[in-house]
Amino acid sequence: MKKKSQHSQPAKILDSSCEWKTVIGLEVHAQLLTKSKLFSSESSRFVEAENEHIHPVSIGLPGTLPVLNNKALEYSVQVGLALNCRINQKSVFARKNYFYPDLPKGYQISQYEKPVCEDGYVEFEYDGMRKKVRIQRVHMEEDAGRFHHKGHCSLVNFNRAGVPLVEIVSRPDINSPAEAAEMVRSIRKILKYLKVCDGNLEEGSLRCDCNVSVQKVSDSRPGTRTELKNLNSFKFIEKAIEYEVKRQIHVLEEGDKVVQETRLYDSAKNKTFPLRSKEEASDYRYFPDPDLRPVILSKQWIEEQRKKIPELFLPKSDRFRKQYGLSLKESFLITEEKSRADYFEKMVSVKASPKLSANWLINEVLARLNENKVQNIDDCPVSPENLGEMLQMIERKEISGKMGKRVFAKMWETKKNPKEIVEQEGLKRIDDAETLSKMVDEVIKKFPRQMEDYRNGKEKIFGFFVGEIMKSCKGQADPQQLNRILKEKLKT
Amino acid sequence: MDLLDSKIENLVSFIRDKEISVSELCQFYLDRIEKFNGELNAVLTINFHALRRAKYIDENFSRYKDRPLVGIPILLKDVFCVEKMKTTAGSLMLEDFTSPYSAEVVQRLEKAGAIILGKCNQDEFAMGNSNENSAFGPVLNPWDKQFVPGGSSGGSAAAVSAGLCAASIGTDTGGSVRQPSSFCNVVGVKPTYGRVSRYGMIAYASSLDQAGPITMYVEDSTLILEVISGRDGKDSTSSQKEVPKWSFNRNPRKGNIKNLKVGWLNRKYIEKSCSLEVMQTLEKVEKFLQSCGAVMQDVSLPLMEMSVPVYYLVSTSEASSNLARYDGVRYGYRFDFQGNTPNSLEEFYSRNRGMGFGHEVKRRIIMGTYCLSSGYYDEYYNKASQIRRQIRDQFLDAFSGVSLLIAPVSSSTPFKLGENPAGSLDSYLVDSFTVSANLAGLPALSVPAGFSPLNGLPIGVQLIAPHFDEQTLFDVASLIQNEMKAAGKRPDVFLTKGG
Repeated sequence: MKKKSQHSQPAKILDSSCEWKTVIGLEVHAQLLTKSKLFSSESSRFVEAENEHIHPVSIGLPGTLPVLNNKALEYSVQVGLALNCRINQKSVFARKNYFYPDLPKGYQISQYEKPVCEDGYVEFEYDGMRKKVRIQRVHMEEDAGRFHHKGHCSLVNFNRAGVPLVEIVSRPDINSPAEAAEMVRSIRKILKYLKVCDGNLEEGSLRCDCNVSVQKVSDSRPGTRTELKNLNSFKFIEKAIEYEVKRQIHVLEEGDKVVQETRLYDSAKNKTFPLRSKEEASDYRYFPDPDLRPVILSKQWIEEQRKKIPELFLPKSDRFRKQYGLSLKESFLITEEKSRADYFEKMVSVKASPKLSANWLINEVLARLNENKVQNIDDCPVSPENLGEMLQMIERKEISGKMGKRVFAKMWETKKNPKEIVEQEGLKRIDDAETLSKMVDEVIKKFPRQMEDYRNGKEKIFGFFVGEIMKSCKGQADPQQLNRILKEKLKT
Repeated sequence: MDLLDSKIENLVSFIRDKEISVSELCQFYLDRIEKFNGELNAVLTINFHALRRAKYIDENFSRYKDRPLVGIPILLKDVFCVEKMKTTAGSLMLEDFTSPYSAEVVQRLEKAGAIILGKCNQDEFAMGNSNENSAFGPVLNPWDKQFVPGGSSGGSAAAVSAGLCAASIGTDTGGSVRQPSSFCNVVGVKPTYGRVSRYGMIAYASSLDQAGPITMYVEDSTLILEVISGRDGKDSTSSQKEVPKWSFNRNPRKGNIKNLKVGWLNRKYIEKSCSLEVMQTLEKVEKFLQSCGAVMQDVSLPLMEMSVPVYYLVSTSEASSNLARYDGVRYGYRFDFQGNTPNSLEEFYSRNRGMGFGHEVKRRIIMGTYCLSSGYYDEYYNKASQIRRQIRDQFLDAFSGVSLLIAPVSSSTPFKLGENPAGSLDSYLVDSFTVSANLAGLPALSVPAGFSPLNGLPIGVQLIAPHFDEQTLFDVASLIQNEMKAAGKRPDVFLTKGG
């Protein structure tokens, strides 16, 4: 039989692709934002200088022993709870044995047979539908260092060695590349809501491996899967899976077999390449780590963790629509980040209208944060209370919407409250008839010819008068009042 | 004032009463090491800071005076990391390794006023029972240099026996403190698993390793164990259990063991496998205990015969993983490729590990790797772990009927160098009577009980107690020590003063 190369170009168009079903499972690794490492006391935060955060324990010096970081345990259980998992009251650390220069002890401390969390699910909205993906397990493990080559040298940086990770393993419930990306987005959102991970795919604090297989729709047996690695953006997750699905279909349609292997995604070439084949695949020789006792959790402790879980994005967005009458799009945009949702609710709590608040948050605040490259809304110079107060001034027609934008700009600059700005800058709306009449009289006096034109039926010129008056009062005049008075005066 | 004949409490009194300075005592042992170590090869490294530290204690005596081990010079088995000192574990792999930190045991000893005199030879990575597996040559038995001192803490036991230190700390994974202690006529204690912190102690098999004192007298061991025991936050397996004041609770009156139930650990098996001289010694001890009013009975532990295979499956499995860190990347032996680069990562690793480790260590790594491999895990490691739990249960059962178990330490007196070649089945069966206490995590000790009428070599007796009941071990061992009059005896050649 002719043997086809596994690396051949996938067919461009596959008419029969509708016969194929894509099956995807995810393994997400998230670095936990603990102050210290999983089993030792030095800092686990990122630092530029190499081998800065090292300790006898994390570089595996002879005689050293691991001691579990309780904060990492709390965070892991919170992740499990947020992903609707069962929390195992007894879980066990196991050693995963393999040799690599970035692995100081020659084994990684992980969890194998008894992970801390099992059997959960993530729910998210995709393509107008609610999608539920089951979570098989969530377990704790330590990160490895970084091994890289520089000229003839191979160098290892152990700053990252021992940094706590949670690994979230999904069931193969995902059926498209875009769905996979949405799933990772949802997990990322949950992790950020919990404040246990900064969720940075590019920097690797959140990493995702995808197990991809295809099978005939008519076939109940699962296809052979490949594992995709090196997917450090949402775009790459989609692209890599897209490529891989096409490649696998091509292989199968040519009558060949998909090889179970790990493949690396090359974003420059938009292709996946085999990393190592199954023949060489390591036997990790997992066994319970005799240096660590089993982790025993009381029901009460687990309940304490449950109380720390905030309302997550999906129930929050549901509530926002119901409680505040927001649109689907608005509710998703605002609950994208917990701090954003909090900002919104603070505006509403000072009695600003929810609809107007949503509008201003999305169109003004977020746009401006983006322009100024401010990552976190918590760093927004305009406090939600001040903005809410200003929106109320608009609603009470104390200032116009247009004025509002100017006040907002001023608040951004000065961090002052809107009342103060309005008073200092004289931005208050002029709506008393007497003042407005005076202003109208002055303008009419100033432009007698234009008034004649108007009275002779050239009604278009009305706008000219409004413009002139607004110019002279810096736009403070209440437009409705002004229109009424101007119309009366021009008639008489 | 005969320093060699003195118990540690007497040495402490001499120092407190200024009959001798800490520096003088330190120098006394340094001189003896200088004089005798050449023929024994018991000591690998001298701590060059020892005298300075002794002097410092002399100069600041008021601050140290009341500490329990003030001025006591101690040698450590070379698995204990000491800051700024070489720690080799008896291996070429760590020949030039200097630890940047000190083990918890070391810190506790120093805080108690002890002087770390140096490091003792041992079987490589504590794997062996004859001290012939050291990369730095075998240790010879001070009682007869044709014989092994036992192992793996052979250097420590020989050093104590020959009077090269006041005491030593060894480690016991399957008998490595008790068996060399028996072979060298000294007292060796394996405490309850979890009693002593393992932080800073180079691991052989983590779930079995325990550090313990090796001393001339039982009383010396109580003092030292008291100092090194207790919860350590750096070792997750260390116990919260309070440490009793064994040195104060001492009660060596015969009447105190009246009606104490003492069990033979499978008497039939002992009779079948032990040499006549060992059996006779045990029977003498039995008679003595009976004369004190103790009630002797036979305790059967059906799984006892499984303990050697179970021990080697568990210990080699753990060791294969524990020793994976010695890869030559960060520290330790690195093969000299003579300017060439290795062809692959595999070649780099296999050269470093192939050359850095000795035969027995490699043999055990391979055995352990095999036990943990997929397809064999259930059959070997898992099954061994299950039987291990059953052995523990059988011990707990036994202790519902008796308060103490008595057994030989070794089936025979010391064997000759080269007699039990490493890797032979016989070399592993040497551990028959000691490994079960490790598998069950029980405290056990070896106390000198006599000498062979055939070759004059020492014979120790092993006592095993329920978890955390070291007190009973010490009480009964003191009585045996006082009655049998073997403990405290040194080989004649080492009775001469050093220097």
